[in-house]
Amino acid sequence: MKSYAIEVRDFRKIYGDFVAVDGVNFVVERGEVFGLLGPNGAGKTSTLECLEGIRQPTAGHLDVLGIDPARDARKLHALIGVQLQTSGLPGNMKVDEAMAFICAYHRTAPRYDLLDRLGLAEKRESQYEGLSVGQQRRLALALAIAHRPQVLFLDEPTAGLDVGSRTELHQLIRELQTEGTTIVLATHDMAEAEKMTDRVAILLRGRVVATGSPRELTATGDGFTKVSVRTEQSVLCTNGTEFPAVHQHSVKDDYAIYFSVDPGPTVSAILRYLEGTTDRLIDLRVERPSLEERFLEITNTGGVA
Amino acid sequence: MTALIHHFTFEFKTGLRNSTLLLMNYLFPLAFYAMMGLVMTQINPLFRESMIPAMVVFATMSSALLGLPGPLVESREAGIYRSYKINGVPAVAILGMPALTTVFHVLIVSIIIALTGNPLFGGQAPVDWMGFALVTLVAVLCCASIGALIGVIAKDSRAVVLLSQLVYLPSMLLGGLMIPLTVLPESVRPFAMLLPASHAMQAYTGLAYGQETALAPMGSLLVLISSGLLSLGLAIYLFNWDSRNSARRGHPLMALLALVPYIVALIVTL
Repeated sequence: MKSYAIEVRDFRKIYGDFVAVDGVNFVVERGEVFGLLGPNGAGKTSTLECLEGIRQPTAGHLDVLGIDPARDARKLHALIGVQLQTSGLPGNMKVDEAMAFICAYHRTAPRYDLLDRLGLAEKRESQYEGLSVGQQRRLALALAIAHRPQVLFLDEPTAGLDVGSRTELHQLIRELQTEGTTIVLATHDMAEAEKMTDRVAILLRGRVVATGSPRELTATGDGFTKVSVRTEQSVLCTNGTEFPAVHQHSVKDDYAIYFSVDPGPTVSAILRYLEGTTDRLIDLRVERPSLEERFLEITNTGGVA
Repeated sequence: MTALIHHFTFEFKTGLRNSTLLLMNYLFPLAFYAMMGLVMTQINPLFRESMIPAMVVFATMSSALLGLPGPLVESREAGIYRSYKINGVPAVAILGMPALTTVFHVLIVSIIIALTGNPLFGGQAPVDWMGFALVTLVAVLCCASIGALIGVIAKDSRAVVLLSQLVYLPSMLLGGLMIPLTVLPESVRPFAMLLPASHAMQAYTGLAYGQETALAPMGSLLVLISSGLLSLGLAIYLFNWDSRNSARRGHPLMALLALVPYIVALIVTL
């Protein structure tokens, strides 16, 4: 058995004269939560839809669980679950009916427990068109995982969800990963990607411009580490002392904030400095640049950062 | 099999839940039937002779040509077929189930018309009920297949109305529902013979009422069967999962091949 669940090699997708995806390569390991990030029009949805067997690739090699999605989509659909970005069910289909209907085509028993779990217990007799956007997305998710797929594709899964539903969805993704499900997550929500994914690929204008774990990505580039210090007498806020490796310095809400290219020497120097004063340390925070900051850095520089 | 039963049950309920489909499947044909029974039989007593088959054909066209194609296009535009595809729902079921449930709805209305036409409005009852049932079934299946084909080839919701009317309106005027084929001017008859309604009325006249017909009733039945099979085959072949995805196996104009049985019948008759 191959170690990877998905392999994408030299993949291209062209619509008329528009090149949506231009030579993308990546591999998703089995049991991994893999994030596809990128601004609108980067090629995320085209990539997902070709992997899901909904669209035909223009060129390149796609492999999902050993199946070519373009050649054997029906076999593939029995093994994968998909929550589409723009998908629908008939407006008059009731929530319970949708679960029974989809599960029947997957030859599995309806998972009504998932409806309860995703907060749709009171909506089971409601028609699809009567659901809110968030409820429709939760139903789509329940239907996508009802047949226990080996690979789950989620396209903007938390868009339009409230905080409670979002937390529940994250918990569900974690459980699915624990059970061995490979998850491909396309999202605009960088905090979600940073929290949920093992690795990400950042797409820009149809090309992969960065891949790696969120930690790896945030550790590279020009991202500064933010060092925030609060003391009893706020001595750091008033005297403007300079510390090594600090690129920028500011004050906010009694915190002296330093943006450092090398946080180790900066923190050591701050602590040494405070030992020589009568001031007392109350709080010290060292924060890596977020994935969002790194993402913006990469996309703003056209992928060369 | 369980999936198909679920699918059929849902589509059947849709025909009752969806207000447009309810109108096209039941309210419109039954209201028109009542109006024609009350008014037309008084204006033209001869209408009683063909009232029952004419109203059944009207109900068939209303459901299959006006009711069925629209939701097929709307579902495609709404991305419902994409959802179906990723969940393993085959194209044959996507087209076949709405068409099959349309057949059932039309059969229900047809039974109502057939059983009440004579006692309520003095409509002439068929002399051969088996023949009547056979022609009804074939005509409904044929029109449902044509409706499915229209739904598949129509580019969008506006185009589907135009295409449906392209078959429906001539059928109403020239299909023998109001004016028998034999009474139509010679120059118009060839056009009438390109319509399923004309062949259905001819088949009813010959096989259910045992009367003389302008066309051979078995020939008309054969035209309806072959047209239905051809339309269904073309609908499946030309089926498109996605409005945004231009990957279609053939050009929509291929749908004109569904006219071949009618043209052959026309040539043979000439």
